[in-house]
Parts: sequence; C-alpha cells; structure tokens
Amino acid sequence: MKQKLKVLGFFSPLIIFIIMVLFFWRGLGLDPHAVPSALINTPTPGFNLNRLEQPGVKLNNKIFKGQVSLLNVWATWCVSCADEHPVLIDIAHSKVVPIYGLDYKDNRQDALSWLKRYGNPYRAIGFDHNGSVAINWGVYGTPETFIIDKEGKIRYKQIGPITTEVWQQKLLPIVKQLQRDS
Amino acid sequence: MITNKCLLLILTMLCLGFSLAHAKTTDLYQFATPNQHQRFHKLTFELRCLVCQNQNLADSEAPLAKDLRQQVATKIRQGQTDKQIIDYLVKRYGDFILFKPPLLRITFLLWFGPFILALASIIILLYSIRKKPKQQALTQDDQARLNQLLKPSHKD
Repeated sequence: MKQKLKVLGFFSPLIIFIIMVLFFWRGLGLDPHAVPSALINTPTPGFNLNRLEQPGVKLNNKIFKGQVSLLNVWATWCVSCADEHPVLIDIAHSKVVPIYGLDYKDNRQDALSWLKRYGNPYRAIGFDHNGSVAINWGVYGTPETFIIDKEGKIRYKQIGPITTEVWQQKLLPIVKQLQRDS
Repeated sequence: MITNKCLLLILTMLCLGFSLAHAKTTDLYQFATPNQHQRFHKLTFELRCLVCQNQNLADSEAPLAKDLRQQVATKIRQGQTDKQIIDYLVKRYGDFILFKPPLLRITFLLWFGPFILALASIIILLYSIRKKPKQQALTQDDQARLNQLLKPSHKD
C-alpha cells in the first residue's frame, strides 16, 4: 500500500499540472466579457414600438408568433453593425428566416438614410429611441441578435456581429432545427 | 510672478473641481426623501455596469449605465422595494449584474472554495511536518569519517 501511495505522490505534480492545463484550455477559450442572456426559453419581452419606416404604425410581440424569426439590435452609430450588415442582407435574400430590427438609441433620419444607402434586410423595424425596450430584452451592447421560435420564445442570443461563419456554423442550424419542430 | 494669493486661488479651484466631479452621479437625481437617496446610492453601488464590467452603475459613464441608473431612480420614486428593483434587473441581465453573486449550489465553490483550499493546505502541511523521518544513528565508521571532516583545517 505504501508503495502505491509513493507512486501516486511521485505523479501528483504531473496529474495536477494536467488538470490545470485542461482548466486553462477551457477557460482561456471563453470570452469573459460576454454576458449570456437570462431570457433564454422565456417568452419575448414587450416590444411595443413605433415602426421606424412608418412612425404612426405600431409593432408588438404578435410579429414573433407563428414562425421562427430573428430580432437584430442595431444602430447607425455602431461600427460592428455596419460590418455584419452585408451578412444580414444575404440572409434576407436567402429567405430562410425573417429578420426584424430594433433600432437602438438612434436618430430616425440617420437610420432611414443608412438603410437606403446600405440596403434594408428587415421585414419591420421597431424604433427604440430611448432604449427602454432594449433593456427589457437584456441588451447591453450592439449588435445583438435573438433567435425566436414559432411560439414567440427566445431560444438563443448572439452577442456581437454575425459573420458568415457564425451564421453557417452556429445560427443557421438552430434556425433550421426550430423550423423543423412543430 | 505667481503670488501666494494666486496659488491659493488655484488650489481652491482645484479642490472645488474634484469635489464637484465626485458629486456628478448621485446629485443629478432628485429624491423626495433622504432615505430614497440612500437606497439609490446603495443599489447603484452594488450593481455592475455590464459595459465596463469592473465598475458599478454609480461610477460608470457608459450610456447603458446612465439608462439603468435612470430606471433605478424612477422605480425608487414609484415606491418599488429594493428586492423588486434587483429582481427586475436580474430577470433581464442575469446574476452577473450583482457584484455579490447569490449563494446557490452552483456558486458554492465560488464562495467557499478559497477557504476549503486553505484548510486542505494547512492539513497537508501539518501532516507532512509530523511525518519527518527519524534520524538514524551513524555507524562507527561514518562517525569517524564525520569527525575527520569536521576537524578544523590547519591550512589557513
């Protein structure tokens, strides 16, 4: 027995080192700044906003029921949003899933010009001038994109811009899966 | 030529400047009672800014922090309790918005881990000290060698 303990003692620094390597491997691959959504699997929060394009027309949560959809939080002052915009245009063209927009703390005129210039991938856009609706959705930065299922429940939140890679490897599979579920 | 009076004036202005800068956040919000003001101060100190994540809501200049301070102030004026306000924010942003993580099963290691580790280290340390091997008596030959080696050297 003493012999076994001695052998274990001899290898213990190596074992501890290997355990530490595993922890570091996992830990350093994580993004410490990312705050995962607290609203996964909950119904979409309130979305009562005026449409950006038509100020008099109101939007509400009904738009999220009946089909899988994306809600993309963006603003003209947000540089990363400009980076992801072409990807959103591609997604809109592919007609795989409708994209709704939440224009966050923006200027209406700026937003309309921006969309005219770069293209409009959104089926409809809610104009959240003071950001209060975004707070209800737990938004803490832009861009953020929510995947919402047919019943109007949030199922995933993408923090940061959607790249082609992110779309193909992370988001599109989730969208397809949710579309298959009844 | 900078006179003493001049220096005093500059010093006074600097002091005023520093104190005003510190008063920036909490004094911008008006409350009906000092108790409300105190609650606002306490809450915004214990809530994390999600943009500048090492700062609290009270100190952060991030736009989201300003918005959340506004929300907290409004809710205090509406008569909501501290718990209601905290629940409102945790529901939307998760436990991370609290500087003190709640004591749940999943955070048990976070809270007690250091103490458990310290205790374990002390136990292991005591055990290894106790286990010091007994000194074996030297054989006669070895003793003689030792005496020889320990003799003061005549070469100076």
